[in-house]
Amino acid sequence: MSVKATVISEIQQIADDNKKSLPPLADDLVLLDSGLDSLAIAILVARLEETLGFDPFTESDDVAYPVTLGDFIRFYEHAAESHGVDSRQVG
Amino acid sequence: MNTPPNRMASIRDRLGSALTSPERFLWGATARVCLGHVSSGTSLGGRVGELAGRSVLIVTRDQFAAALALIELDGIARRLIVCTPDLPSEHLPAVVAKAGVDAIVSDDDRGHDGLGVPLRVLCNGTVTPAEETPVTSCRTEWVLLTSGTTGAPKMLVHTFASLTAAINSGQEGRDGQERRDGQQGRDGQEGPERQKLQGADVVWGTFYDIRRYGGLQIFLRAVLGRGSFVLSGAGEALGEYLVRLGAHGATHVSGTPSHWRRALMSPEAGAIAPSYIRLSGEIADQGILNALRSFYPQATIAHAFASTEAGVGFEVHDGLEGFPASMVGAPGDVQINVADGSLRIRSARNAVRYAGEEHSTLTDAEGFVDTGDIVERRGDRYYFLGRRNGIINVGGLKVYPEEVEAAINRHPAVRMSMVRSRRSPITGSLVSADVVLKAEPSASGTIADFTREILQICHDSLAPHKIPATIRFVPALEIAEAGKLARHA
Repeated sequence: MSVKATVISEIQQIADDNKKSLPPLADDLVLLDSGLDSLAIAILVARLEETLGFDPFTESDDVAYPVTLGDFIRFYEHAAESHGVDSRQVG
Repeated sequence: MNTPPNRMASIRDRLGSALTSPERFLWGATARVCLGHVSSGTSLGGRVGELAGRSVLIVTRDQFAAALALIELDGIARRLIVCTPDLPSEHLPAVVAKAGVDAIVSDDDRGHDGLGVPLRVLCNGTVTPAEETPVTSCRTEWVLLTSGTTGAPKMLVHTFASLTAAINSGQEGRDGQERRDGQQGRDGQEGPERQKLQGADVVWGTFYDIRRYGGLQIFLRAVLGRGSFVLSGAGEALGEYLVRLGAHGATHVSGTPSHWRRALMSPEAGAIAPSYIRLSGEIADQGILNALRSFYPQATIAHAFASTEAGVGFEVHDGLEGFPASMVGAPGDVQINVADGSLRIRSARNAVRYAGEEHSTLTDAEGFVDTGDIVERRGDRYYFLGRRNGIINVGGLKVYPEEVEAAINRHPAVRMSMVRSRRSPITGSLVSADVVLKAEPSASGTIADFTREILQICHDSLAPHKIPATIRFVPALEIAEAGKLARHA
């Protein structure tokens, strides 16, 4: 699965856990408007760390917090590259 | 309305004497009121006299109504018990009993019938002219709630003096100036800017609810100072609040690191341009301090250590996480020491005692409050490591691991579990669970089933921030000598 597909799959899982329906997961969707609150986003980051093996937020003290889903996915794709992971095929 | 310094003065008295400008407001999500009208009006339908000398529970849906009631009742009620917005109603009878509540002020009269409280007064968040202004008659005790081990709230007694000591020290008022001096004229406008920060143009905002210690501090700074205050509404989206803060020209904005991370993830983050940013209630890590510095380059950024029990401990202004080791053991209004790795604080800002619990002591023999926050010295700085006893701070909300473990252990296949903190770049910490099963799972799908079922039990019985973000199945748990789970900070 690609990084993008992994992110989307985890988002859908968290929405299912919370019995929430999601709007279409387009790149320009504002994360906080996706139906996920900051707690859910925190859980998403934790689960992605379990799945992907890294957490790009904690790898530097200088991060720009992602606003849209597209920002978020690119953030993880860049981190995957710096970890030498092919972002199209991670798991 | 000037009150001699050695006489009792309520918030209302001070408001009356500080109304140098008529243009001071409390702005709510749907209403606003001029502070001048608050000092001479009533939001309690003129029934304030009935509440004199009573122990009054303030339980409102909207914090705007609570704000008006608190101003009106300070100096009138014997005791004000301020209910947090998320207090489950099943805990209300214990709160009523422990604090000797004999009156309830609420914006919603439903659901209080079973409490057996003789007097109930409606506050609806609007101010009407009062026929007579009540005379300050007592030093009101303030009782603030914070979460406790079993889910029942701990109730901390404060006085007006303990709540305002950090404000009276002038530390807050000077923040803006001192830091601007330190910034060596980066904006080239220090003179006018300094006057602006001191004057009536200060507009406070906070992501906190004023019914928690951190928010109440901002409320008191705003009301006792000379500025205005923008309150968030019940259920108001963060983006909408940011836009309102921007529209009212908020200059001083406070919140937890988690609040600020959420603000920076909002497209409306650019709606505000504060000159002073304050973080408290959680560990401020270097990541959020740097992100705020970069996004709001014009702002002075301070992170404060404060808790309901210990009060405002200290503020750090150098933009670095942790705090200078020189603060420990230094003389001053607030004394800080570190014993057994945990931070202890003694000052006039400490809470006075627990309400209704004679056997619980708040301070040690030397008068220090043990904050339970574990710190470690590295070089000339101390850094926060987490909480003793495994308490987890999720976005400013405390989680006691025992409560979560009890929920997990209700699953028939679970032998035991241990809940611990997991670092989160979004909420500071998250709840994580290690689970030992009674028998090896029989089929490969079983682990996924157990995970789902355990999460379901947690969803059904716990607040969302207490539900484990991740669950690991482990063969055994470490048990300490006393037979308890070994919890590490």
